[in-house]
Amino acid sequence: MKYFLQRIAFYLFTAWAAITLNFFIPRLVPGDPVQSLIAKFRGQLSTEAINSLYVLFGLDDDKGLWAQYIDYWKQLFQGDLGLSFTFFPSPVSEIIGDALPWTVTLVGITTVISFLIGTGLGVFAGWRRGSWTDGLLPVTTFFSSVPYFWLGIIAIYLLTGPDSFFPSSGGFDSALVPAWDQYFIPSAIQHSLLPALTILISSVSGWILSMRNMMVTVSSEDYITVAHAKGLSERRVAVSYAARNALLPNISGFALSLGFIVGGTLLVEIVFSYPGLGFILLQALGAKDYPLMQGIFLVITISVLVANLLADLAYLLLDPRTRKEG
Amino acid sequence: MTTIPTSSTAQVIPGQGAMAAPDGAKPAKAKRQRFLFLKNKKALFGLIILGLYVLFAIIGPWITPYDPDARSNDLIQPPSADHWFGTTHLGQDVFSQVLDGTRPVVFVGFLAGAIATVLSVIIGITAGYLGGKTDDALSALSNVFLVIPAVPLMIIITSILDSASNLLIALIIGLTSWSWNARVLRAQTLSLRRRDYIEASRATGEKTWRIVGFELLPNLTAVIASGFIGTVIFAVLSLITLAFIGIVSAAGWNWGTILFWAQGQQALAQGAWWWFVPAGLAIAFLGTALSLINFAIDEFVSPRLRSAGKTKLKTASGGTVRMRIGFTPVLSNSAEPHTQARAIPINTDGATPVARKVGK
Amino acid sequence: MEPVLEIRNLNVEYGLGDKAVRAVRDVNLTLHRGEVLGLAGESGSGKSTLAYGLTRLLAPPGVITGGEVIYHPEKSDPYDVLGLSDKALRAFRWAETAIVFQGAMNSLNPVHKISTQLTDVLKAHDPKMSEHSRNARAREMLKLVGIAADRMDAYPHQLSGGMRQRVMIGMALILQPQVVIMDEPTTALDVVMQRQILGQLIELRERLGFSVIFITHDLSLLVEFSNRIAIMYGGRIVEEAPANTIYRDALHPYSKGLLSSFPALRGPRRELAGIPGSPPDLAGMPSGCSFHPRCPKAFEPCSTHIPVLGRPDSPDGAARSVACWLHPTEQPVG
Repeated sequence: MKYFLQRIAFYLFTAWAAITLNFFIPRLVPGDPVQSLIAKFRGQLSTEAINSLYVLFGLDDDKGLWAQYIDYWKQLFQGDLGLSFTFFPSPVSEIIGDALPWTVTLVGITTVISFLIGTGLGVFAGWRRGSWTDGLLPVTTFFSSVPYFWLGIIAIYLLTGPDSFFPSSGGFDSALVPAWDQYFIPSAIQHSLLPALTILISSVSGWILSMRNMMVTVSSEDYITVAHAKGLSERRVAVSYAARNALLPNISGFALSLGFIVGGTLLVEIVFSYPGLGFILLQALGAKDYPLMQGIFLVITISVLVANLLADLAYLLLDPRTRKEG
Repeated sequence: MTTIPTSSTAQVIPGQGAMAAPDGAKPAKAKRQRFLFLKNKKALFGLIILGLYVLFAIIGPWITPYDPDARSNDLIQPPSADHWFGTTHLGQDVFSQVLDGTRPVVFVGFLAGAIATVLSVIIGITAGYLGGKTDDALSALSNVFLVIPAVPLMIIITSILDSASNLLIALIIGLTSWSWNARVLRAQTLSLRRRDYIEASRATGEKTWRIVGFELLPNLTAVIASGFIGTVIFAVLSLITLAFIGIVSAAGWNWGTILFWAQGQQALAQGAWWWFVPAGLAIAFLGTALSLINFAIDEFVSPRLRSAGKTKLKTASGGTVRMRIGFTPVLSNSAEPHTQARAIPINTDGATPVARKVGK
Repeated sequence: MEPVLEIRNLNVEYGLGDKAVRAVRDVNLTLHRGEVLGLAGESGSGKSTLAYGLTRLLAPPGVITGGEVIYHPEKSDPYDVLGLSDKALRAFRWAETAIVFQGAMNSLNPVHKISTQLTDVLKAHDPKMSEHSRNARAREMLKLVGIAADRMDAYPHQLSGGMRQRVMIGMALILQPQVVIMDEPTTALDVVMQRQILGQLIELRERLGFSVIFITHDLSLLVEFSNRIAIMYGGRIVEEAPANTIYRDALHPYSKGLLSSFPALRGPRRELAGIPGSPPDLAGMPSGCSFHPRCPKAFEPCSTHIPVLGRPDSPDGAARSVACWLHPTEQPVG
């Protein structure tokens, strides 16, 4: 329990650090970015938006840095992330709120599936080391070196088309209205298959490789020899003794790689015009929509932290050593 | 676009027992081992490919058959003798763009790798060696950087610093991707610090910088190298990502820029696969080469991972058995002795026994 | 005495082809019913390789290149363990020969409870046994080795080193094997704990009647706790004799050296002296008797001819054997 509280304290600290970083980033911009933005939008920005931009960049001179920081936190607690100017006058929180479920569903489910499949195959490859499975390693290495988005592009080229089952873009059939009904849900699933497959193929190799290496390392531990000496079945030794122990470092690896994975999946969304955070981020980048960019960064960071916390929880359940004495 | 750290050196939790600790090899041994390292096929293959990339990074811009920016009338042409990788919508030569784009990729990859490595060495070793409050603070710092998603952070910073140069991009990537290695190095330093020879140096009052420089660093070489390679892979992919979403437009050609234009011009909708494939494969092969080098380093550091070599064995009776954990292969179970050692009869008068010819 | 395990010309190598290292060479050894057979030697002498080799537990690149391990069950005909199928070998393991490993730290699976690790072996060997009786049996074994039944639900990290080793001993006895192999079972423990655990084990042996192969580099422990001692050097057995005989009158210069490197707890005081030099590199074994480069008494035939293990010409020669040119032997044993 103490371990768990420590982790929570750490994540709170990290969240604070990320939010503070988020506060300072716009203040790093040289010159007067607001002026150039106003010029860029040629009067399309309302006074309200311009004012919020000055606040965002810390250019409203009447307040000190500390006061600005306090204001920033106050806004944050009200769920106010400012106004987007790509989707003016929608608030950033609303746009992110629309996109987040798409990303969480696609990336969340796919990443977990990828981890499970990769770990399973890695157990097999590590246990049967020296057999034909070793021949697959160069292939998996190659696939883990391919950028996600490139694989997505190739998938679109090869698998989509007028007659194909796979739609090439979007999150659902544009003729439908998002709702929990028998038309929309199958359409959404159909649209998510190819992006999911892309993420799966390019991320699964990493899990296979790392789990294989952990299996090989764990296989020479004493307790594995003991398990064999006890006359346990091959399956029991492989699963309950070797894989069960090899899984632990792989789970911490999973938690720590989430930050990396999210970066890759954002681009897959872009390639497939999937209506999630990545796609919105691309639009925000194109329009220099700083409030939206920052909001997205914040939400991604918090999501990764939450996912990390869940992975920690899994670790806690799986490793008795971390829950020492209650 | 990601790198899942697959290196076992990085994966293992300190204290897990399986930590691939550099086996206390003293620096004197290092030379012979370095030679051995090259005997590893993975290392050799990886280094050769990497060497080719570095070569093209240096000479690439000079040997391009066309100016990568030059337009021509051959619009969207498939690969031909004139244009090996075909042409773009403006008639630019894709082959020249890929060649020209090698230099920034290699430059940013290596520079960012170097920056991150230097940072991680300083932070990781300081934390591991000094311990106490310094360690707590530095560990917290690297853990924070570890869980904050690096790519989105990079995207935002790069986008705010409008028109970033390759140098600046390398700096940003380097500054945001050191944490993983710092964590691994800290754990390694912690375990090394408890070794006898380091303890002895400390006890005899050796200066800290001497211990770190002459005792610690040589033993961390493999881990540092592996971290460096890992960061280069990550940096290359990050640069490609930034270029692909079009926020480093000022930095000239690189493979990401090519993909950016191809995507923007809907190359695939026009069937122009040649516009995408070469740059993507270039990335994948570079990544594979670097990964292979890292696998070799892993195997070098942690002998358990070394490839098992021949695992199918012939038994005396002509069958085959596989080498595997838990069931040692039995090649023959005849009870015939393998060496002929014969008894010398007892010499009753106690004289020196006579040596007889004994076949070995 | 009736034999329970006979090792005949066992050969074990690490690696294949030219690079192979011969770790165990033509070893002949017999374990009799109810006895404690000590196996001593420096590290690298092949004693652990021998113990793991006879139940085929050596990890790659270990290979058994020849020999027989004949097991004599209590009521049926003897058979060769090395000739068993995987399935039969699995059934044989632990039920007939159990092992207590060196380093109790890593012998227990860190993620499973003690109870799980005690009962899974019962489940594997007797799938029909009910969960209730499995647990009862596990509790009984813990009690036998002096661990309170409430530690059943403990994880290995919650136990002390001594307790873990007791758990391992309890686990080794759970199927009532005929043979228990103990590989440096107490090296990680302090001296008091060592003797306590070994004393307990000897007592259990008298009660349950199993035989023990006790491997250690600590000859003084062997003299105290075993009936017979075999001494290994360079992959071969160089001397074998009843414990008292070895202690009183070791014949092989290596045995003498080994005895004088440890202080004995009982018996007359003697001078402590190590053996000069270091154990041979298995990859580059000296010709002839592999001990000759370190041997203070080496003479002409030692460097060229391998001495055979045989009965020496001494009053108690019938009960012992030695492989040394200083002690001409009558005939090979085994």
